[in-house]
Amino acid sequence: MAMGFVQVAITLVVIMLLVKPAGTYLVKVFSQEKTGLDRVFGPVERLLYRIMGVKEGESMGWRGYLGAVLLSNFVMLLLIYLVLRLQSHLPMNPDGIGNMPAGQAFNTAVSFITNTNWQSYSGENGLSYLSQLLAITFPMFTSAATGFAVAIAFIRGLVGRKDDLGNFYVDIIRSITRVFLPLSFIVALFLVFQGIPQTLLGAVHATTLGGGEQTITRGLIASLESIKHIGTNGGGWMGTNAAHPFENPTALANFVHILCMMLLPTALVYAFGLMIKNKKQGWAIFGAMGFIFLVMLVTVFVSEYKGVGALDAMGVHGNMEGKEVRFGISESALFTTVTTAATTGSVNNMHESLTPLGGFTALAEMMLNNVFGGKGVGLLNGLLYLILSIFICGLMVGRTPEFLGKKIEGKEVKLASIALLIHPVVILVPTAIAFLSPNAMSSIANGGMHGLTEVLYAFTSGAANNGSAFGGLTANTDFYNIMIGVVMLLGRYVSIIAMIAIAGSLAVKRVVPVTTGTLRTNTPLFSGILVVIILVIGALTFFPSIALGPIAEHLAMPK
Amino acid sequence: MAASKKSLSKDMVLQAIADAFKKLNPAVMIKNPVMFVVEVGTLITLLLSFQPDLFAASSAGRGYNIAVFLILLFTLLFANFAEALAEGRGKAQADTLRKTKSETMAKLVQKDGSLKQVSSTQLRKGDIVRVDTGEIIPTDGEIIQGLASIDESAITGESAPVIKEAGGDFSSVTGGTRVASDFIIVKVMTDPGESFLDRMISLVEGAKRQKTPNEIALTTLLAVLTMIFLVVILTMVPMADYLDVKLDVATLIALLVCLIPTTIGGLLSAIGIAGMDRVTQFNVLAMSGKAVEAAGDIDTLILDKTGTITYGNRMASEFAPVKGVSQNEMTLAALKASVKDETPEGRSIVEMATKLGETFAESEYGSAEPIEFTAETRMSGLDMPDGTPIRKGAVDAMKKYISAKGGSVPADLDEISNRIAKAGGTPLAVSIGDRIYGVIYLKDTVKPGLKERFAELRSMGIKTIMATGDNPLTAATIALEAGVDDFIAEAKPEDKIAVIRKEQQEGKLVAMTGDGTNDAPALAQADVGLAMNSGTMAAKEAANMIDLDSDPTKLLSVVSIGKQLLITRGALTTFSIANDIAKYFAIIPAMFILAMPQLQSLNIMDLASPQSAILSALIFNAIIIPLLIPIAMRGVKYRAMSADRLLTRNVLLYGIGGVIVPFIGIKIIDLILQGLHLA
Repeated sequence: MAMGFVQVAITLVVIMLLVKPAGTYLVKVFSQEKTGLDRVFGPVERLLYRIMGVKEGESMGWRGYLGAVLLSNFVMLLLIYLVLRLQSHLPMNPDGIGNMPAGQAFNTAVSFITNTNWQSYSGENGLSYLSQLLAITFPMFTSAATGFAVAIAFIRGLVGRKDDLGNFYVDIIRSITRVFLPLSFIVALFLVFQGIPQTLLGAVHATTLGGGEQTITRGLIASLESIKHIGTNGGGWMGTNAAHPFENPTALANFVHILCMMLLPTALVYAFGLMIKNKKQGWAIFGAMGFIFLVMLVTVFVSEYKGVGALDAMGVHGNMEGKEVRFGISESALFTTVTTAATTGSVNNMHESLTPLGGFTALAEMMLNNVFGGKGVGLLNGLLYLILSIFICGLMVGRTPEFLGKKIEGKEVKLASIALLIHPVVILVPTAIAFLSPNAMSSIANGGMHGLTEVLYAFTSGAANNGSAFGGLTANTDFYNIMIGVVMLLGRYVSIIAMIAIAGSLAVKRVVPVTTGTLRTNTPLFSGILVVIILVIGALTFFPSIALGPIAEHLAMPK
Repeated sequence: MAASKKSLSKDMVLQAIADAFKKLNPAVMIKNPVMFVVEVGTLITLLLSFQPDLFAASSAGRGYNIAVFLILLFTLLFANFAEALAEGRGKAQADTLRKTKSETMAKLVQKDGSLKQVSSTQLRKGDIVRVDTGEIIPTDGEIIQGLASIDESAITGESAPVIKEAGGDFSSVTGGTRVASDFIIVKVMTDPGESFLDRMISLVEGAKRQKTPNEIALTTLLAVLTMIFLVVILTMVPMADYLDVKLDVATLIALLVCLIPTTIGGLLSAIGIAGMDRVTQFNVLAMSGKAVEAAGDIDTLILDKTGTITYGNRMASEFAPVKGVSQNEMTLAALKASVKDETPEGRSIVEMATKLGETFAESEYGSAEPIEFTAETRMSGLDMPDGTPIRKGAVDAMKKYISAKGGSVPADLDEISNRIAKAGGTPLAVSIGDRIYGVIYLKDTVKPGLKERFAELRSMGIKTIMATGDNPLTAATIALEAGVDDFIAEAKPEDKIAVIRKEQQEGKLVAMTGDGTNDAPALAQADVGLAMNSGTMAAKEAANMIDLDSDPTKLLSVVSIGKQLLITRGALTTFSIANDIAKYFAIIPAMFILAMPQLQSLNIMDLASPQSAILSALIFNAIIIPLLIPIAMRGVKYRAMSADRLLTRNVLLYGIGGVIVPFIGIKIIDLILQGLHLA
């Protein structure tokens, strides 16, 4: 356990060391400052703008920006759907994989355009190489970039003086050309060095020592793995995701995966502070998110090390079920916490096999959906809770609540309420529907409380655009493909629409000067309040379902 | 408004109880989404009380369903009672006012000058009426002829009559007030139903009460929380069903009602009404709740020096002779210059000179011709029968006057007047013939306690600006003495507007007081304008608050009330949400304990039985409403301090307190239920 602790601590320290430089770089990318990199990326970007007919300096109001987000995402969604439906007729299909059925294709297309990467298919035998590239790897870049762009647009609205959120097309292109592509390229090279395959050749047929026939699938895995984590996407090449030796061969590769997942979500919070010219505010939010992250990490860590009472009695200490021996308990616990915090959704261990409290932690982080969170949207969700905290606390100091000098009034609260409401609704309502439908219930592998968690986890993962699977549940049915598809769409776009609308409304507000009567939102006190409000609202909303699932299961464990 | 000063009378409580039942009407309840959900739940449990197996075979007994029904009913009644009680005070005030409004006869002045008796309801804007001693003024208007003392006690509660006269800033009269002496000719300024009294009645009654922006925002948040909990409870049913746990409908409703923010939902409108009422009790009439809320947001206060910061009646405190003039000569000169001066300043000069031993013979001045002060000459005095002019006035005006007469300006005159100005006083030079004798030091005194109030305001982040007609030097001294942050010297009404605009440009909310017609544009421009009741109609119409006592310092109290209003809402919302934690720990184990005995360890309050746990939580949820009524009506305690300290204090009190109190409360109720063998 001590060794595991040291491993985790080192990883966290490296993550912290990268926050400032990465955050500073992000600000440079999105504030359109002139940098030395212009010479490298400038010509490519200008060419792209010309092809797309984008005027670089043209700014968009919130409606225009939102329209561009929704339109471009919709077009990409269609493209992905068509590629999946027609893959057998398209090139780059060495293993002769057939077309994906409609329900599954809808689910997969939605899953990847929403940055969820819920996989109801198994990549190695469900997708052609072209599909892996166009329907999987391509949206991994664009969906992450979309999330980034939306968050940056929101920040611009916060500090803006007029309804100008920037230019979506410029934002998405710059985040791809200057952040995701170069970073993925470097990481992919490193992963190849660690032994991850990167080839266009088809599967290898091998004869084992025992004389058996074996098909070993391979492909463009390293390039997918890099963006999978940098973009907090999470969809693996293989069905078993980052537990597969070709996706995550070594402890060092595992370490890089974790770094990649945390790098941009944490840096973005710091970048937020820089962009609003209030670093303390950035750190206040970072502190709140970091605190919850640590609490969650400790919970999984301790509960997996403690293991299961019944096994303990038999002399098996710690819970190694569903974990890879090369990672052990600590690296698995850290990976689980990180992948559900940053809403990546890749797994290096089977979440179904976690102890009830370990599974609870993964579930809880997705229910909160703002412990750093996914590309951009995590920060947005954090800011959503911040707005609610400011509203309640602002009243308590006797002024109309304001954030960065802008008043939070009826319209903002209404929009924030929509964003707040949608998350529990798209988790709880489909879960309830599933338990009303015998057909849906037949997908459950384990009965009782664990079965309840399987279904709850699936919809939570979809709503949070996380994509990790608890396992157990047979999700490739029309019911789950369509329901989770709809959940992913609502979970992503409703809150994006609401938050961009808030940004538009805040952008045109006159700025109230700061006085001693102003609620300071960048203090440790306020960070504490933010943590409590996040936890209490989360707890109040999900307590009954959690109590029936993992908590009841935990309490039922023989001591 | 005498009724408002009294605390709650027995009649008001009885009336409020009756109203609490009347408000159960669903058409009324639907305006409050939180309590409407409770009402629907109450109706369902009522049905279950008759037919326990209405929805599904239920293990819950009829007695349990009836108990839940009754507690829910009381929850509703408590919330309605709070609102009715808050409204009751306003109604009592309105009734008093309405008595004054009873139809009066008016003497309409017709075109030919003859008088015609008409009912006050027939008067229209522009009509001219005559009101004689002892008569009630029929409606709002401006005096166009005459001077009278008016008894305004019906509106202000102040029994001393006030003098009103045609022209100037004291010409407006209010319908319902009484002419105590003399007669006046009044031009009617409002049509029936729009008079000040009408507006006042509808305001205090809360009939047209509109929700304020913050209240709307909060209502939205509460409605969404209610929807979330509705979803949580409804979706729990199939999940529990999957685990073979049958949930009882009455219990589900009980949990729902416990979780939705009924505490703040039930008290929200009472808080708003009571907040307005507190303003009214200060004898300030706010035109809308929005104005009161805005007062809490004020960043800058613009206050007139005279009458607001200082008493305004400048008193003589020194007679400073110039070189070559003896003290006695100077005192005598000052006395002479003021014998015909009936202003408070003039009288104070005479008084002080007399006290210093100088006398004057009445006969000597009997035939002297008084010279009135005018804005152009800026001096006053008298011309003696022999033609000798005696003057006192503003130092620069006097210098010009003496030079024009060929006299010489004493070398130390500027020095003396600067010393006085620097000390915050007003220097008045005195001359007899073409010789300047010295300077009268008129001192204006800052009201006691203001310095502390301004310091409080500063700690709240509010900047105070003093507006005065004085020169910059005098203004600076008074500003220092009073402790204001900034001042506008030699202020003209346009200067005030300019300052307001400048502050508003920086995003600040500005409040100001005023009474004159020339204050009207600035009052309208300010975010909060408090007009004095003694002021003109134009000022009153431009303002969004009127102080019936005409005391400008009240603006400070209004700011506090505005803040208190918001704090009360925030604090009770926090309390309400924080309460949910304990309620979960009471109800969730109780609901599932039979099917899942392991959840017993969540029963951290060690409540006796599932039914007792649910009923205890529900009872706590109900009785916390009446227990908090005093806080809702009075407002949470508010002391001026920085936002950070205020937040810390309120979070500890209502946040942490809100978590802990229900744990204790529910446990106690559980013990009582056990003791009484009720559950």
